[in-house]
Amino acid sequence: MPDLVLDASAIQKSYGRGDGRFDALKGVSMQVRRGESLAIIGKSGSGKSTLMHILALLDAPDAGTLAIEGVDSASLSQTDIHRLRNRDFGFVFQQFFLVPDATVLENVVLPLKIAGVGARERTERGMAALRALELDDKAKNRATALSGGQKQRAVIARALVNSPTVIFADEPTGNLDTVTGGLVEDILFDLNREQGITLVIVTHDEELAARCDRQIHLRDGLEIDAPEPTASAPSRTVASAVQEVSA
Amino acid sequence: MKTRDVIASAVQNTFRSKLRTSLTVIAIFIGAFTLTMTSAIGAGVSSFIDSQVGAIGAPGVLAVTPAPADGPVADGPAVYDPERATGGASIDGPPGMAAGGMNEADLERIAEVEGITGVSPMVSMPVDYIAAAGSQQYELPIDLASGAFIPDLAAGAAVDDRAERQVQLPADYVEALGYTDAEAAIGQPVTLGVTDAVGEHHEVGAVIAGVTNPGLLSLGAEGNQALADAVQEAQQSGITGDVAPVYLATNATIDPASTPEQIAAIKVDLLEAGFQGQTTADQIGAFKTVIDVVTGILNAFAVIALLAAGFGIVNTLLMSVQERTREIGLMKAMGMRSGKVFGLFSMEAVFIGFLGSAIGAGVAILTGLIAAPLLAEGLFAELPGLEIVRFEPLSVAVIIAVVMAIAFLAGTLPARRAARQHPIEALRYE
Ligand SMILES: Nc1ncnc2c1ncn2[C@@H]1O[C@H](COP(=O)(O)OP(=O)(O)O)[C@@H](O)[C@H]1O
Ligand SMILES: [Mg+2]
Repeated sequence: MPDLVLDASAIQKSYGRGDGRFDALKGVSMQVRRGESLAIIGKSGSGKSTLMHILALLDAPDAGTLAIEGVDSASLSQTDIHRLRNRDFGFVFQQFFLVPDATVLENVVLPLKIAGVGARERTERGMAALRALELDDKAKNRATALSGGQKQRAVIARALVNSPTVIFADEPTGNLDTVTGGLVEDILFDLNREQGITLVIVTHDEELAARCDRQIHLRDGLEIDAPEPTASAPSRTVASAVQEVSA
Repeated sequence: MKTRDVIASAVQNTFRSKLRTSLTVIAIFIGAFTLTMTSAIGAGVSSFIDSQVGAIGAPGVLAVTPAPADGPVADGPAVYDPERATGGASIDGPPGMAAGGMNEADLERIAEVEGITGVSPMVSMPVDYIAAAGSQQYELPIDLASGAFIPDLAAGAAVDDRAERQVQLPADYVEALGYTDAEAAIGQPVTLGVTDAVGEHHEVGAVIAGVTNPGLLSLGAEGNQALADAVQEAQQSGITGDVAPVYLATNATIDPASTPEQIAAIKVDLLEAGFQGQTTADQIGAFKTVIDVVTGILNAFAVIALLAAGFGIVNTLLMSVQERTREIGLMKAMGMRSGKVFGLFSMEAVFIGFLGSAIGAGVAILTGLIAAPLLAEGLFAELPGLEIVRFEPLSVAVIIAVVMAIAFLAGTLPARRAARQHPIEALRYE
């Protein structure tokens, strides 16, 4: 297996046309290696989310190439792209995007439902993912009845349920207070370390970026050299983080 | 996503906005209820008419009368034609039946028309009255049973060819003649009054063989050949010499399997020979047309209600798509294909259609089952055998299917909008 999960070169992306045209990405090249945790950091509006969407095949670049595990994304069929997003990628967004009237379990198994997994297996795998995040006692609750931290853990369970190779997280702690945010970070890094899931984290938070193996800095749609990295925070395990949450 | 899951999710989503769904369902309900009712009434009435036609007019019989004089409405009195009219017969037949009757020569000409296999003239007996022991005397129009028709009997049997003189009476004579019910009248002796050519009164005895149900096309009283012979004998007792019989109408038998085209051809041939042939269906046609027009108008209203309901579905689902923009974006980000998103929303529309039409049809059937016996005893007591509403499983299924199809069509617009959504736009949507 190639060591590069994602290999992007000279990615350009603009929004709008004519006078209203805005170049969100002006030629970004970057790689994501198998099993690493990578931070895409930059100020608001620098193009981080746009880049992540292109890496995750949610959007197509105007120019430049993207290879996924060595395969040019331009050669992929629509079916391949759907399968990649469904089976190999997991998503964590700043807004939780939980379906409000559905139960926590129903939310978590949504990717499996889309994949066409049967009801029994869905429940088994969904409960396993919830157990890993110590949310199994909330499985039958409505998603709206959860606290912010619980919601983001449910979202991570959903990202995890189809055993992805890469988890894309866009400002995963942006909506959480510092303590809860720290716990969610711990969960993500534990998954990276213990299950070898590659992490791509979009953030404007220097501290979170510093905890990643590598950082890519964006400014105005261009990659810039990294400023001096700050000291990384002491890492915690999922188990200890969860104990703190439930305490 | 499995089709089963698409359907289950669509059903679940329908109940997420209960008020909105209910309002849309009510609109469909009204349309489906009306359609089910009108089609049941239409089916009930036409099956009643068909049973009447079956009872009175065998499919292989044409009622033949002299054709109306040249042109539909002739100006002034018709010119006497010795070839045509044979004088003396009364002319109180139904409209369209021309003045004058038919003689033996006419019957022969009718029998010669291609497709006609037999001719049996309708012979009315000159009976003044009927009376039973101790009853009053009642007027009685009575014909010789032609055998072409199967009477719809309430009791007893049709008159037949035997030496005993038999009558078959409409149900309303039963009570008048003093019998408790139709069953009690069977086998009872009655007396028929006849006046002969010189004004002398005679009485002819007969036995009640059968009692017919009242209906749209009442057969009237009938007697067998033995009775007809006796009545004629009594009537002609003062006459010397033979009188040529005159018939107002005759039944012509044709092949019962004749197609409408063949029947039409026979009618044309008859018209050329100067006669008018009508099937029982023709005779009852006017009545059927009225029923068809009424149910047609009601159906048109129901379809308008359903079209309005279709726009209701469009509206409901557009709101739903708007509300669930992010959910749609999320599902697409997670690899759900556009086709499945389309399926999810159009299935929701179909389910709303199913809910409305199934409830509408169900309530219509309940209402019909409760109301029909009440109406049958009250308003329509005069027409036994009339099933005012008749719910046919097939037509109920067709109504539900058509409503679901309309709902599907209505759902395609919102569903397409949902399917076209770009995951990023949807996820950025505030
Ligand atoms: N759909 C869009 N239409 C127009 N401009 C957009 C659109 N999406 C993003 N942008 C612009 O592109 C720039 C980069 O956006 P984004 O990638 O979301 O930045 P970040 O995630 O770093 O905050 C921003 O200036 C934003 O306003
Ligand atoms: Mg962003």
